[in-house]
Amino acid sequence: MQGHKTVLVVGGTSDIGHATAKAYAGAGWRVVLAARNEAGARRNAEDLATRSGGPVEVRALDVLDTPSLAPFLDRLPALPDTVVCVVGELGEQARAQADLDHAVQVMRTNFEGPALLLTLTAERFEARGSGLIVGISSVAGDRGRGSNYVYGAAKAGFTAFLSGLRNRLSPRGVRVVTVKPGFVRTRMTEGMKLPPVLTAEADEVGRAILGAERGGDVLYVRPVWRGVMAVIRAIPEPVFKRLKL
Amino acid sequence: MIEIAGWGRYPRHRTRLLAPRDAASAAALAAGRTGVVTRGNGRAYGDAAIGQAVTVSSRGLDRMRAFDPVSGRLTVEAGVHLSDILAAFLPRGFFPPVVPGTKFVTVGGMIASDVHGKNHHREGGFGDHVEALTLLTPSGETVDCGPDRNPGLFWATVGGMGLTGTILEATFRLKAVETGWMVQRTVVAENLDEAMAGLERTADATYSVAWIDCVARGARFGRSLIFAAEHATRAELDALRPGAEPFPAAKAGRLSVPLDLPAFTLNRLSVAAFNELYFRAGAAKAGQPFLVAWNPYFFPLDGIGDWGRIYGRRGFLQHQCVIPPAAAKAVLTAVIERLSRRGSASFLAVLKVLRAGSGLMSFPIEGYTLALDLHVTDDVFPLLDEIDRLVVEAGGRLYLAKDARQSRETFEASYPALSRFREIRRGLGAEGRVVSQLSARLGI
Repeated sequence: MQGHKTVLVVGGTSDIGHATAKAYAGAGWRVVLAARNEAGARRNAEDLATRSGGPVEVRALDVLDTPSLAPFLDRLPALPDTVVCVVGELGEQARAQADLDHAVQVMRTNFEGPALLLTLTAERFEARGSGLIVGISSVAGDRGRGSNYVYGAAKAGFTAFLSGLRNRLSPRGVRVVTVKPGFVRTRMTEGMKLPPVLTAEADEVGRAILGAERGGDVLYVRPVWRGVMAVIRAIPEPVFKRLKL
Repeated sequence: MIEIAGWGRYPRHRTRLLAPRDAASAAALAAGRTGVVTRGNGRAYGDAAIGQAVTVSSRGLDRMRAFDPVSGRLTVEAGVHLSDILAAFLPRGFFPPVVPGTKFVTVGGMIASDVHGKNHHREGGFGDHVEALTLLTPSGETVDCGPDRNPGLFWATVGGMGLTGTILEATFRLKAVETGWMVQRTVVAENLDEAMAGLERTADATYSVAWIDCVARGARFGRSLIFAAEHATRAELDALRPGAEPFPAAKAGRLSVPLDLPAFTLNRLSVAAFNELYFRAGAAKAGQPFLVAWNPYFFPLDGIGDWGRIYGRRGFLQHQCVIPPAAAKAVLTAVIERLSRRGSASFLAVLKVLRAGSGLMSFPIEGYTLALDLHVTDDVFPLLDEIDRLVVEAGGRLYLAKDARQSRETFEASYPALSRFREIRRGLGAEGRVVSQLSARLGI
């Protein structure tokens, strides 16, 4: 048991959010789930409480509702020890090219909302002098590709944000970890032929995020991704732009 | 469209695969579809969990709902894995009432197949312990049923191979255990007579099962090792292994079979050698009771990931039959003789006593059950057809969760509740709509 430390999982209804909450609850943490879909979050909270026998709380939160972010944090029973932000939306690239509203939704959900919430979290952690912030970004942000660059650009922004936050806060007792899951086997990818070596189970991602408690800055859930993305980044642009990716 | 198979990797079929995120989306996705069946974790060996046109995965229905530590009563969604239940509740002193030979099954799958464990002779099938379940019927209704509520629908769903609709949720009781260890006794039986007598003699044990050597001939024909076991009490654990962790965790399998082995690795010599080693190792432990952790006792093959791959690319067939007591000796002898003659018989042949099952289409009847696995070769099909005939003529039947190939004739002759089951399906509007490859093959 970790002596009843508290984790706030933002985006607690996604498969990765739920897996993360399971990993923390299983290790004896108090869990607070925040999600836009409160009914879905309650279903997950019931699951966590049944599995762990420990307490789980649910809070409604829409990270795109900017004015609600500070009151949300201030109304938590206590400032959590760790905040994990799993918020994200893949969206559809083709739609995002043609429909600006959809593009805005993808950009705000993957970058603006999470970044603003973590800005406010960081301010409170800095004042306290402790805390861990975990942001779930994506390998899609490592280089823009034709098939998903709106999402990828938002994630690239989030990755840069987390990097800067880490750089600013590391002397002040607050850690910031960037997690890049790679392919994840979830309900959404059921039946898809994903390369097994590159594909993590959702629970594996959850355990990796809990592992961030022990250290690390930028975490690829499957370490092989670090090499894959290094190669993809190293391809010269004149060649890269001709590839179908 | 994708191609999927059961755990035996034979046969393979094309299907659409849908994965609802919760009960409401399961209802929305299934509405108006035909040729659809629900799939759990794909551990049925043959074609039971492959929809004729559409397969609905219960992967998203994997949330636990509630647990009462006083009664042990647990309510979970149907896609929850047995392994998750063990991980969450064994450390708290609770064990599932019935477990099959692998923990990587879903609760919905355990009910649909009315799975049996090594305690069937004492405690019945998993379905006997279900107090309530929620079923999504083909008309899109959500119906609660149990032994005391809509019992007709309930007992058609227990063992009903998913053919009454989609199981969404179930409530059953876990039993209290003092430790995660088993006290095991091994009894050596030198031949088939001794094996059958030994199983009868160990019938007072909570768990009892025999491993039978289908290759040995002559005086050692049917030689077996009988494993009887009880959950170890705290006092027994302290006496036999002081200081041991009372609830050992399931260790992740260190062994796995990364490649399909070429079929020639399985032949008469290799199986005979394996069986000889296994028998000697087991016999050496006979007599004194000893401790074994829950995971290797109940789920020895879970330690070897993808073990089916030892049977090569063509996959393998499981064959499990049950034979009524009066005919058991004669039929078992005839079956094992045929396997022994073939030579490349089963690594893993298991003999066990069953009592009558409770579901309309539950596999168990009172008698002896023999489970085999055989790799797929051209000559295995006529051999199994012949075995099926012997079994069915003697009043026995085959386990649908393992079946991939029996004929409609043997099936119809051996499941007398079939016409009643068909009536219930007609009443539900399931006929022609809830259709798996198995139900299409067998004309259910």
